[in-house]
Amino acid sequence: MIESLMKTAAKVIGVFFFVLAMLGNANADQDRRQVSFVPQWMPQAQFAGYYVALEKGFYERYGLEVNILRGGPERPSAEWLKKAAVEFATMFLSTAIVERAKGTRLVNVGQILSRSSQILIAKKSCGINSWQDLNGKKTGLWGAELSIMPRALFRRYGLQVAVIPQTSTVNLFLRGGVDVVSAMWYNEYHAILDAGVEPEDLVVFHLSDLGFNLPEDGIYCLESTFKDDPQSCCRFVRASLEGWRYAFDHQDEALDIVMKYVNEARIATNRQHQKWMLGHMREVIDLPEPGGYQTLLKEEDYLAVAGELMANGLIDAIPAYSDFLENCADVNEK
Amino acid sequence: MKNRGLAFKLILFTLSGTMAVFLSAFAYFYVSSKDSMTKCVEENARNLTHSTVHQIEKVLEGVQKVPLNYASLLSARNFEAGDIAGLVERMVSTNLEIYGAAIAFEPDALAAGAYYFAPYCYRKDDGHLMNVMLGDESYHYFTMDWYQIPRELNRAAWTEPYYDEGGGNMIMATFSVPFYKGKDAEKRFQGVVTADIALHGLQQIVSAIRLYRSGYAFLISRNGVFITHPDSRLVMTNSIFSIAEEKNSSLLRRIGKDMINGGEGLAALESGLLLPDKCRLYYAPLSSIGWSLGVVIPEHELLEGVHRLGRMVILIGLAGVFLMTIIVMLIARRITRPLKDLSAATVEIARGDLDAKLPDIQRGDEIGALARSFEEMRLALKDYIKHLTETTSAKERIESELKIARNIQMSFLPRAFPPLTGKNPMEISARLEPAREIGGDLYDYSLIDDDHLFFAVGDVSDKGIPAALFMAVTKTLLKGIAETGLDPARILNRCNLELCGENDSMMFVTVFCGVLDLRTGRLKYSNAGHEPPVIVRRDAQPEFLPVPEGFLLGVEEESSYQTMEIELEPGDKLIVYTDGVTEAVNAAGEFYSHANLMATVRSCWSLSVEGIATEILGSVKLFSLGIPQADDITVLALSFAGAEV
Repeated sequence: MIESLMKTAAKVIGVFFFVLAMLGNANADQDRRQVSFVPQWMPQAQFAGYYVALEKGFYERYGLEVNILRGGPERPSAEWLKKAAVEFATMFLSTAIVERAKGTRLVNVGQILSRSSQILIAKKSCGINSWQDLNGKKTGLWGAELSIMPRALFRRYGLQVAVIPQTSTVNLFLRGGVDVVSAMWYNEYHAILDAGVEPEDLVVFHLSDLGFNLPEDGIYCLESTFKDDPQSCCRFVRASLEGWRYAFDHQDEALDIVMKYVNEARIATNRQHQKWMLGHMREVIDLPEPGGYQTLLKEEDYLAVAGELMANGLIDAIPAYSDFLENCADVNEK
Repeated sequence: MKNRGLAFKLILFTLSGTMAVFLSAFAYFYVSSKDSMTKCVEENARNLTHSTVHQIEKVLEGVQKVPLNYASLLSARNFEAGDIAGLVERMVSTNLEIYGAAIAFEPDALAAGAYYFAPYCYRKDDGHLMNVMLGDESYHYFTMDWYQIPRELNRAAWTEPYYDEGGGNMIMATFSVPFYKGKDAEKRFQGVVTADIALHGLQQIVSAIRLYRSGYAFLISRNGVFITHPDSRLVMTNSIFSIAEEKNSSLLRRIGKDMINGGEGLAALESGLLLPDKCRLYYAPLSSIGWSLGVVIPEHELLEGVHRLGRMVILIGLAGVFLMTIIVMLIARRITRPLKDLSAATVEIARGDLDAKLPDIQRGDEIGALARSFEEMRLALKDYIKHLTETTSAKERIESELKIARNIQMSFLPRAFPPLTGKNPMEISARLEPAREIGGDLYDYSLIDDDHLFFAVGDVSDKGIPAALFMAVTKTLLKGIAETGLDPARILNRCNLELCGENDSMMFVTVFCGVLDLRTGRLKYSNAGHEPPVIVRRDAQPEFLPVPEGFLLGVEEESSYQTMEIELEPGDKLIVYTDGVTEAVNAAGEFYSHANLMATVRSCWSLSVEGIATEILGSVKLFSLGIPQADDITVLALSFAGAEV
């Protein structure tokens, strides 16, 4: 008798919780805004924070259902944003300024990398020991806005270099086709070491150290997106920052997550390389206090970059700094 | 150990010796077979690597030839834009190894206004050829490795392997050859001719290589990236350097650098680098493409055969040692059992039971010989003991006879002066100490009549029984002749004649004899080669008595003797002795000598005659203390008191 009562009670309680859970889910689904995000490159530790935020449910916690698309050279993130195919995208500040100048109404909602990782690498065997020695050397430079800072350096010091266009590999440098190669400290530098070159055989010029800082990855969205739902935009930034914090605090787990995306995308890289990359992301990302933003793009950085873009003819006019950025600190997310 | 039995020692030494030999032989076997096995495998790995390299190179060279020919053709001749696509298609259609080919021109090189000009032909999955034109805003081929590397290096080059654009699983590599317009200084870069090959054929060649259970071969590119590897996750993603970084192995990094720099060699790697176990890596370059082939040999598996053989040898060795132990035990027992029996029997013999039965050992070996020797020894001992018993009893008999003879001899000698009637005009005392049981010295004194005392001291040339007999004869003769009342010289003459007559043994005797007239003190004396006596006159120093010359008795019948006379005053003393006194020897080999005798006499002349005799004898004995007495010693002392006393 008692037994059957107990069973019935258990069933009733079970049904009750099930219904509650269903309601909760429905609630969450209703509340969560679906957004898409595209990083400016293929999956790698450069974007570890976003993948970690997704995998660890930080976006969900902030009421967002995020779909991360795969970026890459064939699909520039600015294009996605321009077509409004995604709500959020990362890109270099220089790219974003060029896009804004071209008329894309995008805004910076968070500057994640405040310091440039861009470097020039030379082989000591080519007789290069200081930046003055770059004069007359064959130098590989990436295209357009990625070359503005090296060009600024050459211009300022009157260095005559033979520029060789460079794309995604450093093979030409490894084979001796160029004396100097453009590189990201977190990526190509390690790729060169990973091809059997010893660090002591190389000379590295950090452009930011030489006074040519280009704030790199920032989170951008369209002006309209921000206007419509500033809360969601700022929650996206906040959740992404939490993702970064978690990634730095749990590097192995973060690498597991990154490698999952890497393997899905069949990218020719390895965990060691991603480990190196994540380690260097930590050096160039200044995380704010938990819950804070402080990822504001500084005006002088903005103006310096925009000025160089102007000087290289990549833009005709400098977009207003105030139009270019939205400060989440001013937004009441609740 | 010292107290352990022979069998134990035998087993111990034999086994330890055997084990030492076995172990050293095994160690040598193991090391040398390991060496030769390793060498053999290394040689195999080298051959395998070289043949594989050769096989791959052949394919690559076959592919290289095509764009090289086309590039020289393009350099030599001018083509119309419309002909280029046909050339490209022919490259692919006539060379089955080639997956795709392109001829890519510099901007506006072929025709003005044609910024991009790069016809590309490739083989589709269904085998049909597909012609496309490369180059547009999104595919800026001038910056591609396949274009840029030969352009900047001014020579043909292979690209790093890459996944094909179709997104398939195929890994490709492109060989690009630059072509030019003009000659020497005028030479201008026009573009490149490329040929793509799918690497799966080469991958299969390398993947097919299996060594032992887990050994394998791998191919790395010029950048060290794995082109083939049994773990497909590493292919195209990891490089030998990323593995080195992950495992923190500077050795692997060094090896990787040597590999991509075209080195060839052999390396021993720690476990966990290329295999979970320790392994050996043999590598050789694919020179035409700048890649390197490595062959990984698991050390553990490579030596498995040697280990198996080693275990077998150890087992056989142990069985052999076990068998050996049993054999040695049996042999030891066979040797030691008769020895034990023999030992037990000899204990009996040692206790004196010479009739103890020795074990009957019928063997021709050393044990048999030992048993026979023991038996002989037992018999010899028995004989010896028997003989010894007999000899001893004979000796005892002789000794007892000698004792009797001594008693008899001593009983010859007068023991005390015969009591005189009335007065006693003189005192006489003599001591004789034979060197052996019986001796050759003699003394005698007796009253010839009431007034005359005869006395004599003699020394037979030899000692022992013959001397004793001769002494007895001499004494008897002297006494007998003296009783006829002759004077001393005549006594000696007669005695000499008697002795000479019977003396076949050529013995002789020295004699001093005298006759003292007890009333007057007149002493007549004669000497036959004897020591001169010492005379001690009252109130004077002792001195040697002058003696007449006379040859010793028993040698020469013609010898004659004289009598001399002196008057003895009352209180005078005469000491007669044999050379046993003066020629006694001390430890230093010195004689007692006449001087010593004289000194002794001076110290004791006032004593009684017994006292003097005893004192001299004592002095001699003290002198030659510890030295066995060599000669008989006789001292005779006579003191004249005078008739009126």
